[in-house]
Amino acid sequence: MPELLILVPFTGALLCFLFPGHIRDVIGLLCAVLTFVASIILTGNIYQNGPIRLNLGGWKEPLGIGMCVDGLSVLFIFLTGIVGLLVSLYSVSFFSKANNQSLAKHFWPLWLFLWGSLNSIFFVSDIFNAYVVMELISISAAALAALSGTNASLIAALRYFLLAMAGSMAFLLGVGFLYAQTGTLDMYLLGAVTDGGPLMAMALGLMTVGLIMKTALFPFHFWLPPAHGEAPAPVSAVLSALVIKGSFYLLLRIWCTVFQDTTASPQTATLLGLLGLTGVIWGSYQAIIQNRLKLIIAYSSVGQVGYLFLLFPLVFITLDPAWKIEAWTACVFQTISHGLAKAALFLAAGNLIHATGTENLKSMRNIADRLPMTTFTLALAGVSLMGLPPSGGFVAKWMLLQSILASGQWWLAAAPILGGLLTAAYIFRILSQAFVSDDQISCCGHVSFVMEKSALLLAIFSILIGFRSKEVIFLLSEQVYFVIQGGIIP
Amino acid sequence: MNLNFWLPVLMLSSSFFTGLIIFFLKETSTRLRTALNLTGAVFKVVAVHYMAYRLLVLDHIHQVSFSMGLGFDFVLRVDFLSLMFLALSSNLWLVTTLYAVGYLEGSPNRSRFFGFFSLCVTACTGIAMAGNLISFFIFYEFLTLVTYPLVVHRETKVALEAGRTYLWYTILGGVLLFLGVVWLQVIAGPLEFVDTGALEALGPDQHNILRVIFLILIMGLGVKAALVPLHGWLPVAMVAPAPVSALLHAVAVVKAGAFGIVRVIFDVFGRDFAGFLGLLGPLAVAASITIIFGSLRALSQSDLKKRLAYSTVSQVSYITLGAAVIASFSTVGAIVHLVHQGIMKITLFFCAGNFAETLGLHNVRDLRGVGRRMPITAITFTVAAFGMIGVPPLAGFVSKWYLGLGSLDGGSGWIIGILVASSLLNAAYFLPVINALWFETPAKEWKTLRPSRFETPWMLLVPPIFTAGTALLAGLFAEWTWSPLGLARQIAFGMGVYP
Repeated sequence: MPELLILVPFTGALLCFLFPGHIRDVIGLLCAVLTFVASIILTGNIYQNGPIRLNLGGWKEPLGIGMCVDGLSVLFIFLTGIVGLLVSLYSVSFFSKANNQSLAKHFWPLWLFLWGSLNSIFFVSDIFNAYVVMELISISAAALAALSGTNASLIAALRYFLLAMAGSMAFLLGVGFLYAQTGTLDMYLLGAVTDGGPLMAMALGLMTVGLIMKTALFPFHFWLPPAHGEAPAPVSAVLSALVIKGSFYLLLRIWCTVFQDTTASPQTATLLGLLGLTGVIWGSYQAIIQNRLKLIIAYSSVGQVGYLFLLFPLVFITLDPAWKIEAWTACVFQTISHGLAKAALFLAAGNLIHATGTENLKSMRNIADRLPMTTFTLALAGVSLMGLPPSGGFVAKWMLLQSILASGQWWLAAAPILGGLLTAAYIFRILSQAFVSDDQISCCGHVSFVMEKSALLLAIFSILIGFRSKEVIFLLSEQVYFVIQGGIIP
Repeated sequence: MNLNFWLPVLMLSSSFFTGLIIFFLKETSTRLRTALNLTGAVFKVVAVHYMAYRLLVLDHIHQVSFSMGLGFDFVLRVDFLSLMFLALSSNLWLVTTLYAVGYLEGSPNRSRFFGFFSLCVTACTGIAMAGNLISFFIFYEFLTLVTYPLVVHRETKVALEAGRTYLWYTILGGVLLFLGVVWLQVIAGPLEFVDTGALEALGPDQHNILRVIFLILIMGLGVKAALVPLHGWLPVAMVAPAPVSALLHAVAVVKAGAFGIVRVIFDVFGRDFAGFLGLLGPLAVAASITIIFGSLRALSQSDLKKRLAYSTVSQVSYITLGAAVIASFSTVGAIVHLVHQGIMKITLFFCAGNFAETLGLHNVRDLRGVGRRMPITAITFTVAAFGMIGVPPLAGFVSKWYLGLGSLDGGSGWIIGILVASSLLNAAYFLPVINALWFETPAKEWKTLRPSRFETPWMLLVPPIFTAGTALLAGLFAEWTWSPLGLARQIAFGMGVYP
């Protein structure tokens, strides 16, 4: 099943490249559905049978490519599957408009390629392969960001690309240090031999910097808003919901599997937490003062990503194993629910922009009457982002605040509390436009059924996941395949 | 079918699904919408009474709970206090729906209005039935979200501005409450409302933390309960249509806050333990300040609805005040005022709405002589206003009497002074209105905005008659076992604080 998840999108990408017009749409959709189904089946398998390790083509390490699939991987696979399928559906309709026709030609191969690469990164168990796959993601993501071909989007995409390259270089350097020191690339073998020496610390530092640049942690966030804001709606959704999560996933693996407590120092963890906290506040504040709808949502990503980094101080400094697990679960849960909600927001924003013909928030009047479904989508996704019950965001914030209070690192509590308030401020800035009546603006572009419903479905999922938190928590605490020192993650 | 499980679920669904369906109705299908609304409301009233019968007579325990996987369960459990709040909200929802149908006749966006209106009542139902603080919090936040569209319903600049103020206050309150609830969970585990006393078992080293948590919880709830200085949103939210104000002030938002405070004091901390921690004295002072402050501000308002709003600030704090005194009579007074304030205040808002809708009168000065033109509305207004002042034998008198008795019992005689001062102030801002209604001569001819057979359309007339009548009966037959007072006594008895 894991092989299929990589094979299908890559093959689809090639085929989409070869065939024109409608055939391309059909192939793309077919691949999306197949990959989605495979993701669900795999998630079910892991949920029931526990983590697995396998070797591609039957070659053992160090020659073959090792893969590892555990609860953490499948959650990301699951997220990618759902977002991927609905974004694909949305795209068929979105790119069928006359002026977008030529974009579809480039969109489908790139998107499927990106999907395959994302799936791959969630399976890797070898740090050099991780580097290669990350490059694949960066290349396809940067190309997608440049898709609309406007001047602004080209500049943004180029900047994103350069930064991603710099990040990759730093990561590769870290890989080099590790290999020189230990002679192995496999994450689990490395996990047993990392000793906290200066070279190890150097490697950890380099890899971490490389990855947080790609994850857009404050102060490396500056590339994100233009890149995500300028891209076409389905691309923005994918970039914000999935691509930055790919590098975050790798960061988790590196910290928790390779280096663990032996190398990772409390000071570094605190620094990451501090940056995360600053990111939450700064990103959300920036979101409040923007006037363009997509920029608001893009800055909101900067803020929401900040929460994820609270994981490091909470997991690596807290003493009580039970609360460690809680913090760990909280942050990963936040990744998932943010992914769903953010994809929904970007798709809904795409609908709004499409229907009103403007990006400026202030000129979007009366949207509740004209686009009730889209407004409802915005509201649902907003509820999840704000962390109001009973959404996925609420569950994440609940566990986060609980582990913060229990670990005694009080200052971190500012993130969920202030962050929640600031998030509410920008979400309601968008929503209050729904109630500004204006008779002068007559109705507008039509939003297709598929575009409306795929955004709505994502928003509904971001709420529903709050009700299924038990299963997610089980995957994250029982079916995970690595060790947090002093903790009990098996 | 297990009714102990399904009745609470049905209670929630009766308004939740009604609301959802209404969103999808066409603006023009007025009849279908009204029929749906009334069916849902009537169903709910019947269900509440059936549930009351099962609980009070047959001793069934209604409970729904499922695990969220987060170290707590989502629990709905119906106790006497829930039942009282349920009865209040379901009955008043029915009346207000009728009123709103008449009030909004022909105005735009009615599907949206009634949809959120139903969701708002769903939130109240949930708040009433919540079996632990976390479930309570979930519905409390839901209430914030669904009342916002009602506040900004008119879509004017003022309304949007009010909506923004409302959101800032309530979201801030929500965040505080969230912090308090999580913190409590961390140190004491999930506290079901039934196992009061769990906090007492914690060691004395935790007492300071408990004090801080109590403060945070009360601040979070105090926003909705409009405790000074957290009351700022309430007078501003006045721009909402009259039925919304009526519901907001009598049942939904303000009451949710007050109900929460009662829950925290009695079912989470335990009244005696809260008193032992020295928390209730300051709370009583805060409530007293609010009572006097609200009344003073009400005096200077010339807009009738604004005056009523400040009066709410003052009146709702009676509940907090009663809850904060360690005496059984005070407890009874607090609980019974939860209901009494609701029925009296809703009547006043109905009347204010009638004056505004029928004759376009908003200002107290314009009401001169209206008693001749709209006698029934004026009578109901007078009854409710006298009730608020505390004239026997009306409902408000009963509350004040018990609060007064309790404060003597509890050894805080100064509260009597507050009650007297507040009653005088109540009289000072209500009597001029009553005087204007009945004894002054009209300044000019009235324009009738809504011609009808009666003084105003019957849908606007029946609700205030019903609620004013209830206020009168609740006072007259206070000694009856099933009157609000009788129920309040049983509730206090159930809490172990009534002899």
